[in-house]
Amino acid sequence: MVDEELVQLLTPEGQRVEHPDYTSTLSNEKIFSMYRDMVIIRRLCNESTSLQRQGQLALWAPIQGQEAAQIGAGRALQPMDFTFPTYREHGIAWSRGVPPANMLRLFRAVSNGGWDPYTYRHSVPAIVLGNQVLNAVGYAMGIQRDGAEEAAMTFFGDGASSQGDVLEGFVWAASFNAPVVFFCQNNQWGISTPMSTQSKVPLYRRARGFGFPGIRVDGNDLLAVYEVARTALENARAGGGPTLIEAYTYRMGAHTTSDDPTRYRVEAEVEVWKHRDPIERVKALLVREAKTTQAEFDAIDAEAEEFALQLRADVLAMGRPDPITMFDNVYAEGHPLIEEGRREMVELGISGGAH
Amino acid sequence: MATVTMTMAKALNEGLRRAMEKNSKVLIMGEDVGKLGGVFRITDGLQKDFGPDRVVDAPLAESAIVGTAVGLAIRGYRTVCEMQFDGFVYPAFDQIVSQVAKLRKRSEGAYTMGLVIRLPFQGGIGAIEHHSESPEALFAHTGGLKVMACSTPNDAYWMIQQAIESDDPVIFCEPKSRYWEKGEVDLDAAPAGLFDAAVRRPGTDITVAGYGSTMKTILRAAETAAGEGVSLEVIDLRGLSPVDTAALVDSVTKTGRLIVVQEAPVHASIGASIVADVTHRCFYSMRAPGLVVGGYHIPYPPTRIEEDYRPTVDRILDAVDRVMEFD
Repeated sequence: MVDEELVQLLTPEGQRVEHPDYTSTLSNEKIFSMYRDMVIIRRLCNESTSLQRQGQLALWAPIQGQEAAQIGAGRALQPMDFTFPTYREHGIAWSRGVPPANMLRLFRAVSNGGWDPYTYRHSVPAIVLGNQVLNAVGYAMGIQRDGAEEAAMTFFGDGASSQGDVLEGFVWAASFNAPVVFFCQNNQWGISTPMSTQSKVPLYRRARGFGFPGIRVDGNDLLAVYEVARTALENARAGGGPTLIEAYTYRMGAHTTSDDPTRYRVEAEVEVWKHRDPIERVKALLVREAKTTQAEFDAIDAEAEEFALQLRADVLAMGRPDPITMFDNVYAEGHPLIEEGRREMVELGISGGAH
Repeated sequence: MATVTMTMAKALNEGLRRAMEKNSKVLIMGEDVGKLGGVFRITDGLQKDFGPDRVVDAPLAESAIVGTAVGLAIRGYRTVCEMQFDGFVYPAFDQIVSQVAKLRKRSEGAYTMGLVIRLPFQGGIGAIEHHSESPEALFAHTGGLKVMACSTPNDAYWMIQQAIESDDPVIFCEPKSRYWEKGEVDLDAAPAGLFDAAVRRPGTDITVAGYGSTMKTILRAAETAAGEGVSLEVIDLRGLSPVDTAALVDSVTKTGRLIVVQEAPVHASIGASIVADVTHRCFYSMRAPGLVVGGYHIPYPPTRIEEDYRPTVDRILDAVDRVMEFD
């Protein structure tokens, strides 16, 4: 559809296609469970957008259209791997087991993070895009020094691919043969800036210049993303070094709830991508091959509705934090100015004191 | 008590060696830190003894030196990052401010940012541009970071070890003009906590505080002032964030006068902040307004004229006169 080097195992119509390097290893049961993940994550996204419109979230960054890229990559990870996300990695967070309500603490503006990164082996989101790529490479250098068979995986988009930190990360990963997978979701738009402004060559081809493999995969193809990510992760764990994966996809929605894409892109483009919907093509495959029934799909939809209700209840239950907590976790070993701030807040009656 | 005489450069080298011997998770990373031993030879011989996995020669990218040290910290390593010169730290500024300073908060206490960023700072070596700057206030202004400066070989030896052991990220400022000055190093006991100020010369008339390179100039000024009948109490701040305010308050309560000496431009600086803070705390003890003797509000000048930019004994004595005139 876009590039002859695009790895695809499932067409937009839900037909399997062969690829010389990759073969799907997923059972129908696993495909069905990943279909469920994608439906739930899309529902999470819709509910979060509604919550933002109702004034319950400060912001939301939608991922509609990128579900296959994120669930495919997320489910290819092993429990001991460690992931370094941006703020748009809800499908990865879901795959790592981060409770959905925790994902929304950042957007509810009650936390700058939302979860314990060691519990889920999923770091807290980077908002200064590109920073996380270097952090992931450093983590991977730690894996090497520990002699562990683990990998780090980091996520960024076509926009951040222009950041110096991302390119420095490529240099370092290559120089030190670090066990890291760079997973770039090229969703074609960095807010209003089109891909063509970020790069004059397909992003995956940049890897060759840095000295490691780059692969472009159909980011709306769950089967292909899973296999490409799994292979790259296994290669990294085995000491084979870094891989750049460019998941070629599309941001169906706005950049965030503060954005208005009608100002910079035409509806016809969105229409084209609607026919490449990542969830519909898996559904078509399941109907044809696994004989999944309408009742089974309906059950997933019903589960997603219940999930959304629970998510809403959890978000609404998140109250305003005690202001004194702003002084928590700034330093490990304390700082007199932190104590001074706490004291002033108590003296002014803004807070009752530390918990 | 085992004391040996060594240069500050050697003291830092020995301190790093001792920290690496004590904890196998301690790494060093920077440009040319391996075979070359760093452009100032601070890491001389360490790669030979600890191997290239622990003393890592970095590609030329400061943001990556700090950015990967962050990831290593998440993995439980303690990396001492060497910035080759003060003026080359700015490519890493984003990682330092956006990640190093904030990740503990963002992870709600899960992450420990145990890393040290060594910064050869201040001027006085006749270098070309970007090799003589004093950016310490940029870091001291940032919550989540700690900042200190050493001024003696003994402090250098101990403070580098204390900084590495700290669970908070430390910006470790080294006065490069004084790397080759010798001093006594006590190998048995640390002189003080990492951020404790030290009284270098007791006095009664004016508290004069400084850090790094300026300590030597201040002590010389104190000699001269003593000959003129003015007694300066000289305080080495050591900690720049946190500042040992209690030590300053003790001293100024006694002297009633305060001068801070630094190479950095005065506006929005460590000295300006200290004068405001100590004035607030010691207002009724003060007999004159505090003064800051520092650099001008300009890019660091071409070094043929740097001695007219850096605080000199004369400029400090001029400040002494101006402060004493209020009596």
